[in-house]
Amino acid sequence: MNYAARRALQAVLLVVAVSAISFALASLAPGDYFSEMRLDPRVSAETIAALRAEAGADRLLPVRYVRWAASFARGDFGVSLAYRAPVAPLLWPRMRATLLLTVVATALAWLLAIPLGVWSATQRSGWRNGLWNAAFSILLSVPELLLAILFLAFAARSGLLPAGGMTSPEFAGMGAGAKLGDIVSRLALPAAVLALGMLPVLARHVRAAMIEAMDAPFALAARAQGIPSRRLLFHHVLPAALNPLISLFGFSLGTLLSASLLIEVVMGWPGLGPFFLNAIMARDFPVVLAVIVFSTALLAAGNMAADLLLYRADPRIRFKT
Amino acid sequence: MTARGKIVIAAAALAAMHFAAALAGFIAPYDYAEQHRDYPYAPPARVRFFDAAGRFHLRPFVYALAPDGPGSYRQDTARAYPVRLFVNGRLFGTDSGGPLFLLGSDGFGRDVFSRVLYGARASLFTGIAAACIALALGLLAGVAAGFYGGWPDRLIMRGAELALALPWLYLLLAVRAFLPLHITVAQTFALLAAIIGGIGWVRPARLIRGVTLSGREREYVSAARGFGASDWYLMRRHIVPMTSGVLITQATVLIPQFVLTEVTLSFLGLGVGEPMPSWGNMLAEARQYHALILHPWLLAPALAVIPVLLAYLVLADALIGRPD
Repeated sequence: MNYAARRALQAVLLVVAVSAISFALASLAPGDYFSEMRLDPRVSAETIAALRAEAGADRLLPVRYVRWAASFARGDFGVSLAYRAPVAPLLWPRMRATLLLTVVATALAWLLAIPLGVWSATQRSGWRNGLWNAAFSILLSVPELLLAILFLAFAARSGLLPAGGMTSPEFAGMGAGAKLGDIVSRLALPAAVLALGMLPVLARHVRAAMIEAMDAPFALAARAQGIPSRRLLFHHVLPAALNPLISLFGFSLGTLLSASLLIEVVMGWPGLGPFFLNAIMARDFPVVLAVIVFSTALLAAGNMAADLLLYRADPRIRFKT
Repeated sequence: MTARGKIVIAAAALAAMHFAAALAGFIAPYDYAEQHRDYPYAPPARVRFFDAAGRFHLRPFVYALAPDGPGSYRQDTARAYPVRLFVNGRLFGTDSGGPLFLLGSDGFGRDVFSRVLYGARASLFTGIAAACIALALGLLAGVAAGFYGGWPDRLIMRGAELALALPWLYLLLAVRAFLPLHITVAQTFALLAAIIGGIGWVRPARLIRGVTLSGREREYVSAARGFGASDWYLMRRHIVPMTSGVLITQATVLIPQFVLTEVTLSFLGLGVGEPMPSWGNMLAEARQYHALILHPWLLAPALAVIPVLLAYLVLADALIGRPD
């Protein structure tokens, strides 16, 4: 499919551009991993120079970029300065954890937001309308940080759900069923916080799109034909309201990735977030760069998926392009 | 409620909150760094009108706190401190030095209420400064792109797409990562506002470009051009005034977003640092296990964020509903 190929090429170009820009920024940054080391009196200047040479930090910028890109192509994604090991094996498990969390949270948020948005769209006169608006506005004003801390407090006080980490210490010795249960119980809190943070934004958009589609002449015609209201809502109006929602889906992946960073740090989920933050604090730029490139790639993939969905769902776009 | 009424109420609430933050040095009963080593983790004070014997007092008072084991207190009903207005150059306090922790104290015995007020200064005004920077950059880029078209337009809009394509918190942290970690307080404020604003210009720029594109084609603009008006004159007198509506609604959308961003960055240890309070770095302590279990009043800054966000949200909704 021509459109898909073009869209994929765009995504790849985007990731390359981001990698080049962030690499240049990282090289221009004042102070690197080795300059922090200089503060340690036990490390001699020669040692630092040798370490620098080993990491290739003494070469020209384009040379370093090519070496780094080559390492990316080999699948190493650069060599971490703090771990003194290729980044890839460090990155994969964290990436998996972040993906698991964001996919579950996205699914949860949308599954709740669509019925909630549709239902609230049917009640838009009088005090009910005001009530829905007020409820969504108040939910929207509760920062995710507060939600996360409150959920942590709940976990700590009630002891019902474990908080922190993805698996129990005795995870390795468990059976398959127990393993699944362990992960689910630890996933519940962070996923709930993420989904709750996302929910009012999504529900407001669903509501707005539904209201617009319900006012269209075709909806009135369908109602006049005597189509029952539930069928009318979910079968006729919802598909018509879907377009902006699909674009929102792609966009929501991006904000979700950012929100998940914070939630991961607060709730101790071993994903990209804490890994990234620690790398920043340690000035371990190869890790920082790898995470940036990967989060961009994730987001680009999400946006691309949304565009392709839109392409399938709406024939008008197929004719335009 | 009418849109006009909502705008008035939300704007008044915001003005009051910002006013309180700006006057933190007067309203807060203590300085943000003042430590009361004898009262770590004191619970929120109960301001009373009735004493232990059930007698009514016109002037409110608090009972003294007596240590009752580590980190726990009981009220000493033998000693009462009346709360007075205009004490020690501050709005209110107890004149005989009794502790007055309206929202409790933290681990160093610092007054949480005072710190929330001082922290509002950091969080709210960083948000406003960042929004000003973002809007100024957005105005510049949007008008230039829309007015000139051609390669400046393509260059600016590609750049905007690039910035939009990144998960913004990762982008923000990355930019922060490439800058020095240890800097002074004033530098931190400037840096935070610059980073947040420097990343947040994209959305306003796209909207302003749209306004400029349609404005450029207006007949009175063409007429002015026909009379020999320079590009600079056209932009200054015709295009920029047209964008004022977008600028105002974007400000109400961006400021709360940027306040939250500052809170997030400081929470993660990349923003305002101790002892200077910000709502973000105060919350970093609230997530400790002992705070969750024993000292829930440390969550106060997170609750303070809610009315600010809500007021901005109501204001933005009302303004967008009424395009004039």
